[in-house]
Formats: sequence, C-alpha cells, structure tokens
Amino acid sequence: MMFHVARIPGEGLAKGLAVTLRHMLRKSETQQYPEVHPDLPPRSRGVIALVEENCTVCMLCARECPDWCIYIDSHKETLPAPEGGRPRARNVLDRFAIDFSLCMYCGICVEVCPFDALFWSPEFEYAEYDIRDLIHEKDRLGEWAQTVPPPPPHEVGAGPPKEIAAASRPATRTAPPGRTAEAEKGGTAAGARTESADEAATAVPSGTAEASPGPSASVRREPPRAMRDIRSIRPPGALPKAPKNPKPDPQDPQDSQNSQEPSTRKKDGPKEES
Amino acid sequence: MTEEGMRRERVVGIGAGADAVQPRELCTPKDPATSKELATEDMVLNIGPQHPSTHGVLRLRLTLDGERIAAAEPIVGYMHRGAEKLFEVRDYRQIIVLANRHDWLSAFANELGVVLAVERMLGMEVPRRAVWARTLLAELNRVLNHLMFLGSYPLELGAITPVFYAFRERETLQHVMEEISGGRMHYMFNRVGGLKEDLPLGWLDRVAHAVADVRRRLPDIEELIFGNEIFLARTRGIGVLDRETIMQYGVSGPVARASGVDLDLRRDEPYLAYGELPVKVVTRSAGDCNARFQVLLDQVRVSLDLADACVARLRDLPPGPINQRLPKVLKVPEGHTYAWTENPLGLNGYYLVSRGEKTPWRLKLRSASYNNIQVLREMLPGHLVSDMVAILGSMFFVVGDIDK
Amino acid sequence: MADLLGIAVRLAVIVAAFLLLPLIVGQMEHKAMAHMQSRLGPMYAGGFHGWAQLIADGVKFAQKEDVIPAAADRRVFAIAPAVALVPYLVVMVVIPVGPGLVGVDLDAGLFFALAVMSIGVLGVIMAGWASANKYSVLGGIRAAAQLMSYELPLVLAASSVAMAAGTLSLQGIVEQWRWWWLPWQAIGAVVFFVAGLAELRRPPFDMPIAESEIIMGPMTEYTGLRFALFMLAEYAGIVVLSALTTVLFLGGWHGPLLPGPVWTLVKVFALVFVVIWLRVSYPRLREDQLQKLAWIGLVPLALLQLALTGATKVLMT
Repeated sequence: MMFHVARIPGEGLAKGLAVTLRHMLRKSETQQYPEVHPDLPPRSRGVIALVEENCTVCMLCARECPDWCIYIDSHKETLPAPEGGRPRARNVLDRFAIDFSLCMYCGICVEVCPFDALFWSPEFEYAEYDIRDLIHEKDRLGEWAQTVPPPPPHEVGAGPPKEIAAASRPATRTAPPGRTAEAEKGGTAAGARTESADEAATAVPSGTAEASPGPSASVRREPPRAMRDIRSIRPPGALPKAPKNPKPDPQDPQDSQNSQEPSTRKKDGPKEES
Repeated sequence: MTEEGMRRERVVGIGAGADAVQPRELCTPKDPATSKELATEDMVLNIGPQHPSTHGVLRLRLTLDGERIAAAEPIVGYMHRGAEKLFEVRDYRQIIVLANRHDWLSAFANELGVVLAVERMLGMEVPRRAVWARTLLAELNRVLNHLMFLGSYPLELGAITPVFYAFRERETLQHVMEEISGGRMHYMFNRVGGLKEDLPLGWLDRVAHAVADVRRRLPDIEELIFGNEIFLARTRGIGVLDRETIMQYGVSGPVARASGVDLDLRRDEPYLAYGELPVKVVTRSAGDCNARFQVLLDQVRVSLDLADACVARLRDLPPGPINQRLPKVLKVPEGHTYAWTENPLGLNGYYLVSRGEKTPWRLKLRSASYNNIQVLREMLPGHLVSDMVAILGSMFFVVGDIDK
Repeated sequence: MADLLGIAVRLAVIVAAFLLLPLIVGQMEHKAMAHMQSRLGPMYAGGFHGWAQLIADGVKFAQKEDVIPAAADRRVFAIAPAVALVPYLVVMVVIPVGPGLVGVDLDAGLFFALAVMSIGVLGVIMAGWASANKYSVLGGIRAAAQLMSYELPLVLAASSVAMAAGTLSLQGIVEQWRWWWLPWQAIGAVVFFVAGLAELRRPPFDMPIAESEIIMGPMTEYTGLRFALFMLAEYAGIVVLSALTTVLFLGGWHGPLLPGPVWTLVKVFALVFVVIWLRVSYPRLREDQLQKLAWIGLVPLALLQLALTGATKVLMT
C-alpha cells in the first residue's frame, strides 16, 4: 500500500487543516484578469485574422470548414492588358465573413489556406451581447491581423518546416533561388532553424515587411524578388496600410464565385505539393 | 420507464406537494386511509438530467425507500450529438475535430484513436519524433483528465477545496498544451501521419518544469483529502464493484483496475511508444470508491514519470520531421480496422470501415464512459442517496463520452 | 424613563450587531476561504478588497423575483425563513459581551438560549416540507434527524458548565470562570462546538443542504430575499454559536490588557474562523455517520464531562 493510512485518529483531519492553513498564508494564484492580461502563446487559437490582400477567393477554407461558418462572395474583374499581353481576369473579394458563433476553432481553414490569408491570433475578447454580432466581416477580420504574433521558433531537432522543405526542392532543381520565398510561413523562425534549412532561410527577409515595392501584376511569372516580397509579409500585423495590389492571379483565372472547381486548380499553383 | 413506474411516479410524493402531483381520482379519496398509505410507498427521485453531481445531463431514475435506493436506472442520451453519423460526412481531418469532442477531458487521446486507425489502414509509418511527441501529449492529457476528477470527486463529497488545487495543476499543464497545440481542451493537434506542427523552441524544458511542479504539489491534494477520516468513511466499502460484473458490463480503465482487473493497453497491446516505456499499471483489489480514487491518484504519478521519460527521449532523438506529407485528398483504402487506445477513462475504440472514399463509410465509436456507467444499475441499489453521489463521482465519467 | 431609554439603546445595539456581525462573518468566509483555496475572493465591490460584496449580494437578492412554487404550502413557505432567522436574534439578547453589557440578564439565560436556538431548525424543516419538492423534503427530514441527535450533547455539555458555575445566568457563568476551566471543561467545549456546528448545518455536517446531493435541500425552491434570509440565518447562527461557546467555555470577556468586550469579540471571531476553516478543509459526513458520531461519540463524552465536573465540584467543596 503506497498510502499510509492515518494511524492516530484525527491525523488525517489535522493534516487537512494544515494544508488549507498553509495555502492561506501563501500567495494566491489568481490572475486579476481584466487588469492583468493572460500571457497567451503565439499558437493560441483565439480569433481568425484575415489578410485580405492575400486572398484569392479560392474557397478552400469555406469548403474545408467542418461547420461551414465562412461566407465568401466575390466577383470577377478584368484588368486592362499590359503592353503586349492579354487582359487578365482576377477575383475580387466582396465579402469574407466568419461566424464565430458557429466556429469550432479547429483551425482547418488556417491550415488549408494556400496563400497565407488566414492566421490565428490569440486575441479572445470579442464577446457580444447579440449572437449575430459574432459574424465578423472582412474589415473586422482584417483588424485582427494587427494582433497576429510571429510563429514560435521550433525546438532543436525539428525537421525543417514543410514550407521550406517544399520550397527548397524545386529551388535546388531549377536554379531561381527566389522560389524559396515559399518559405515565408516559417519566416521568423529562421533563427532557430537547423543549418540545413538555412540556405532557404537566408533568402527570406526576416519578419517585418518593408514598405514593399508594389508587386507587379505579373509576379507569378517572373521576378523572384518581387514575389518574395509580397509573400514574405510577416507578420501580417506589419502590413502597410495602403491597399496594395492584391494577389496576382495565377495562370488561368476563372470565376470562382460560388464555384467549386477553380480552387483545386489554383491551389496547385503556389503550393508546390510533390 | 415501465407502466408501473409511471403510475407510481405520478402518485407518490410527500410533503406539501403530494396532493398536487396526485391524479384527481386519488386526490379525493373515498377512504382517507388510502391516501395516507400512499405516502409510505417508495418515492421515485429523478437525479438529473440537471443535477450537480451528474456533471452534465446524465439522468438516474432512483426508487427510494426512505433514503435507501431500491432500484436505479441510468437514462442516457440527453446529450447525444450523433457523432458517429457526423463522422460519415467528414473527411479525416474534419473527423479529428469532432472526435476530440465526445470526451472533452481526453481530447488528445480521442484524436489519437482516429489517426491510429487511419494510419493503420494506409499502412503509414509515422516519424519517430511524432510518435514520442504523441506519447508525451497523451500522458499529459491523461494527467489533465485525472486531475479533473481528483478535484471534482471530493467536491461531490462536500470538500470544496481540492478542486482548486487540482485546477491549479491543470492550469500549469494546460499552459504547455496550449503552447504547442493552440488549444486548451480541444487540441486538434493530431494529423494523419503525425502532428500538426513541430514543438516550439524550449517547449520540452517548460514541459519538464510543469511536470515537476505538478509532482511537487500533488501531495497537497493527497494530504488534504486522502487521509481524511471523513473521506475514508464516505468511500471505504462503498460501491464495491466485483470482477465478474466488470467483465459482464465491459467496464474498463481506472474503474476496472481498482477492482483488480489488470488490463492496460499501454502495456498489454502497446501502441505509440509505450512498448519502449516501462508502463507501471496501477491496480487495487478493493473495488470500492476509495480504491478507484487511489488508482487515479497513483496513475497521475505514473503518467508524470512517463511524461518525463518521453521528454528525455525527445531530446535525444535525431532531427527529423514531425509529420508525413499527405496527398491533397486523403483516401483510405477499402477495408476495415479497429483501433483502440487506453484513454484516461478506459478503453476507447474506433472501428473504421472504409469504401475507399475520402470519408469513412462507418466509424463506430466505443467510448469508455458508456460502458462504465451502465454498471450503476447493479451498484446503486442498497446504498443511500449520499452514497449514490459518492459512487457516481467515483465512476469517472464524462457525459459527452456516454452520449457521444 | 431612563430605564426605557436604556432598553431602547440596548435593543438598537443588538439589532445593529445582529445585522452587522453576520455580514462580517460572511465577508470573512469569502476571504479566508478564497485564500485557503489559492484565490483572492471578491475584489471589486466597494473598492478595497471587495469589502462591500455582501451588501452587493443583498441588493441583488432584493431585486430578484420571489418565486413560490404552485404546489407549495404558501403560508408555511413564506414564514419559514423568518422562523429560521428570528431565534438567533432573540438569543443575542441574552449573550453578555462585557461585565453588565448584555441586552437582558436572565436568570435562566443558558436555558433560554439553548431552547430558543433550537427553534431555528424548525424553520428549515418547515421550508423542506412546504416547498413541494422531493429534494427539499429529504433535506427537511435530514435536518429533523440532525436536530434530534444533536440537542442532547449540546445540552449536556452546556449543563456541565452551568454545574461548574452553579448558575444558569450567562453573565454569572462568565463571572465565575477561571483560567483552569479551560482544561477542566475542554471535552465539554469540543462537544458543544461540534454539536452546535451540526445544529447549524455547517460543513462537515451540512447534509440537509448538501448541494451536490439534494441541491441545497430545504432552500432549493427559495429565491430572492427569502433565500437571503436563510443565508443570513446561517451566518447569524455562526455568530451565536461562537458567542455562546466563548461565553460558556472560553471565559467571555476575561483576558489581559485589552478591554472586556474586545476580548469577547476576538474570541468570537477566532471561533468563527475555525467554523470557516472546517468548512474549507473537510468533506461532508453521511447522515447515518453523523448520528453514529452523536450517539456513540458526543453523548458519552458529554456525560463523561458531566461526571468529571460533578466529581471535581464535590471534591472541591
């Protein structure tokens, strides 16, 4: 028997009194919440932030959401043709709303987003008196982006983040080092990465976005530099306020408004899944 | 409810309300002696669906003779959410979201069963780092679960303090769990082929620290409640569950081990990295409420030791990935498998039948609490109402796990 | 005329004490219990460490709807809280705080106090019966059973002191008190205090209330002010029990340096702290275990004390 049963009658009773008395004389554990804010880790799933500029209306998040609490509306817009090119169509986001009264906080939408438009923020103070106010429209979701912390560096011995792993493969195969900009998700983690990953990491301007050179519409195609800049916006909280050129459309733009197909194809573009 | 029971429940009542609950013909009896006699009949008392000691919406229909329970019938299903049916229209990642919700105190262990089943069907090899990290998280989850009951059980017996100490420890552990997974209860951290993300830098140190803290402060709970003579008087020899009944009802987990049923899948059918760990299985032979509480308390210590072992092992492992790369649409080949795990509350099994789609054709869930609670029918009769509370608390159930 | 004025002043002071002391006890319980549980307790109401929490609670209770169940025995249901509360007020009248500082100095003060105190339990039984609720009935019956078993040791222990002092007047008992009564009457003191706790239905003897079993028992159906009255009765009961124990066993106002009434209050609040401390630390007994404790524990002990007192008394004279 591991537990010694009290032999003297009342020993257990006395011990109990001693424990409570000891605790009374000790400092209490209470955190005075509204005055003292909890120190939440960066991965905390508090609220979902939207970086609108990155959204291409691929609808992946809305379709993967287990309880369909993401509402997206969009329309197609045709850009005038640059010299020598043909006019391009791109999707413009009209509405992006998450109903936090339905959300289960599973994080699948953040996980599947191929363009890094969704992030978790540890903010949690958005209770409402009316349940309908828990639908956060895109401007509200955009405000949350200011609060997204950089992701924590990984433990020693961790494999390279999958974005880097994915990115470095084509990079080593076909020269342009800029492709490694795919690694941005792990951008600020650069410091903690193992040596093997560093070649990829060096290509990434760590963390904060400078007043980024407006990426041209044809980013996808050619210059690795500009593309890296738009994709390396990290943390999103540091996004320049001025509306930037939204995500340039991938090869074959199509109307994704409430349609199913385009997203799968679009997703293939940047994700580089092998 | 039987016809007989219905009738009795309606007409029996004592106190000022007795007349009001009686049907009209009985209210105006020809012979006053009849109504007098009714008051001596057994009283039907509904414990729940809303009752403080049922932790949710379990309902027990007790037939009372004075305060002694003549018959008890657990009525389940008030919280049925159709989890199994929902599984059938969710892909395997979405299933994890749902699966960690039926037993909200063992979210990680619940997720684990799903991904183990899927990985087995896919024949997938999980990276070693992921295996060890999963083992560590599963043990931390077990401690979290047990601490909850170590706090709430004394509360049911009227001791209001241990729950605060237990929650202080839970908070310590939940903090490291939140740091790695982002969630405090519904971790959503397992993925088919590994874990969602790698460990944050310095996390293992913080885990080791938290584990040490919990181990250091655990005696507070033990000294406060465990040696207490009143506690012993309330739990010793109360609600004795024998081996035979356990076998018949499929009771498992700490409740079964307190009655000497020496079954622990971590040792007997090792999954994850348990095969390489010295899993000490805690058993008791008394089978009463006190033994069940002891098992829980000892299991916390064992799990803390296992967690330490996992941390040490994770530090030594060579660098590597934490998950497998998955195809964009994960389809499980046709076939079926049964994956069971030793959840904190008992055996938790998933029977996965796949027709090669991206959703399962059927995913049957065998939850521990559902079986554990059925045995109340046998245990409660003969005890007092106060003992009912002691027994109910010592069966360590989660209503979501009963009703799924 | 001066007499009348004196009485009026005394009554006013007693009523004020009756309203104030339970609140202080309640606040003390909030704070002591919180710190024993590693919490802080109320921190906002009133500004400084939530000192006005109980006043805020009172305001809240006053605003609540007064619900009377349809099947309840309305009249009994309505007066039960008063029956539970008023006896403690009456007992306070006879408790001396200092030499001559007493509402009314009755010759049979002890007898009066014990008799009136036990009426409070009737209020609980009435509430349990009248609520038309099965849980309430169970609680009421438990309270009745508790009353039966605890009056006896309570009275026996008190009579031991009365025997020692040779008077039933509370004032007289304190005047007779000497320091060596502490060890002499120790058994009686413990029995009296424990039995008193049981009569007050305070943990670990709170089976009639037992919120995890029978959901506050007799108070299940009470809301608003009536419920507040029950709570007030509980805390007033703690004050009365502690005061009686002080007066009978701890020597009332006797003590060095400080003035008498201060000593009384210090002793009373020390006992109040013990009452709270026990609640924080212990689980609840079962009804039959309580009976067992009373009949094979406390009653024989009280008789032993009585015999000890009697024997000593005889030897001394």
